[in-house]
Amino acid sequence: MTDLTTKTLAELSQLFQSGKVKSREITEAFIKNIEARDGEINAFITTTFDEAREMADAADARFQNGELLSPLDGMPFALKDCICTKGIRTTSASKILDNFIPPYDATVWKKLKDAGVVLLGKLNTDEFTMGASTENSAYGVTRNPHDTSRVAGGSSGGPAAAIAANFCAGTIGTETGGSIRHPANFCGISGLKVSYGRVSRYGTIPMASSLDTVGPMAKTAEDCAMIMDVIAGNDLLDSTTLPDGDLNFSRDLEKSISGMKIGTPKEYLSDAISADVMTVFESAKKILEELGAEFVEISLPHTKYAIPVYYIIAPAEISANMARYDGVRFGKVAKDASNIEEIFSKSREKFLGDEVKRRILIGTYVLSAGYADKFYKKAQQVRTLIREDFSREFQRIDAILAPISPKPAFKVGEKTSDPLEMYLEDALLSPSCLTENCGIAVPVGKSRENLPIGVQLICPATKEAHALRIAHQMEKVVKS
Amino acid sequence: MITQDELRHLAKLAKLELSDDELVKLTPQLDDILEFVSQLEEVNTKGVAETHQTTGLQNVYREDAINPCEIEKELIECSPHKIRENSIVVPRIM
Repeated sequence: MTDLTTKTLAELSQLFQSGKVKSREITEAFIKNIEARDGEINAFITTTFDEAREMADAADARFQNGELLSPLDGMPFALKDCICTKGIRTTSASKILDNFIPPYDATVWKKLKDAGVVLLGKLNTDEFTMGASTENSAYGVTRNPHDTSRVAGGSSGGPAAAIAANFCAGTIGTETGGSIRHPANFCGISGLKVSYGRVSRYGTIPMASSLDTVGPMAKTAEDCAMIMDVIAGNDLLDSTTLPDGDLNFSRDLEKSISGMKIGTPKEYLSDAISADVMTVFESAKKILEELGAEFVEISLPHTKYAIPVYYIIAPAEISANMARYDGVRFGKVAKDASNIEEIFSKSREKFLGDEVKRRILIGTYVLSAGYADKFYKKAQQVRTLIREDFSREFQRIDAILAPISPKPAFKVGEKTSDPLEMYLEDALLSPSCLTENCGIAVPVGKSRENLPIGVQLICPATKEAHALRIAHQMEKVVKS
Repeated sequence: MITQDELRHLAKLAKLELSDDELVKLTPQLDDILEFVSQLEEVNTKGVAETHQTTGLQNVYREDAINPCEIEKELIECSPHKIRENSIVVPRIM
């Protein structure tokens, strides 16, 4: 039999559900890959192979009894380590949560578990998802499976690398300012940033609450659609979730996209885009034209202000969210603290990493008396202008096609000394993150150095099915 | 724009006990970032409403019913401190 681990989630699901392969067999194949190569890649913070084997055997029993739970039944997954898993350590890649074992499941994991998914472990991220390279993890950098001298991107570098290295069939990542699409692009996989509120965040460790989203990352858009069919929807435990609407993301994947109008934003196609990325972008455009899409040049004039807006709003919300790490209720406490003040300040000093501290301090600054209007209020206003840029253009187009990063994956250590340069990695991702819209990374080509390069499709809020459909049809052309 | 003294004060507000080395390293970094984000000053935002949230959802209520918390004990036991009578024991605060 050919290597099971190179197959897509959709293919594995079909093999399992038709009785050709057991879940245990698929699970063992992935475990073998992880044991052979994760020492080099470092995609996992925690592995749960014993639990995975039990879950796979249970799925095989369900198959025997004709009691399969969903198309994802028996499929081996791994989760970004900011997603709480009952009884399984959840660190969010921070030393302050090194010993944290959540007593409850995040809704997204509960839904997957109820669908029969097998859990292989918890995946690396920048600490509390703050970063664009997974170099801010307290558990070491995740390396790019296509070239291990390079980063996997971030912050969902663990999930992206795990898919690219054939360590699991599907993963869940999170995106606040680019953290799904960025690593998906660097690792040559598919990753969906959902509309704000489309997937419940209950039990997902927060970074910036007005921006955080939870979404699927897998080999293909079709795989992401299968995962969305299970994880999307309103949740009583997360009052920011949207009303359900149509939650079938797989149904229309094959429906023609002929006549769809796609916009290319001129502000995203500046001189900063490398020749390799531009070549891939042009070939993506050609594929879509052959599929019958029509192109329109559009303008999103406030694009260049997105990073400044993001680095005010996100740290402001971070400084509030990180206040929960106080050395009292969960996580680690500094041993040398003698009074309550020291419990707070020494625990935070000792167990939080540099980037987290930087963002707490920026957030504290921009919210402090005398500066809140100058920074925070101003950023909230410019955020409105950025949202209006998108909603104006979405009146005449169905989707936006754009590059993701100006260049393919960079070398480990290349950008760690300059935080601002790292922030600029998300220049083409943070604008849509500041809006309610959704976006998907589509793997399309390679650089001359054989590094993956993708493009992104941005669609209006709740139009994930459109984004997945366009991406799926592009991927079919790329593969043929 | 930002001085080491100001940063020390901010750190105190944020309950971070920064070392002198960290202060020296962080001050210019934060200064760069704050200067960069200050470019928003050039945008005309007169009369522009602030975005506080993007869903447009309002007053999300659930039924006013009492649901018992079944993991109360487990939640409290997440604490690294001693637990007594379902409470976390910390040093005297008054």
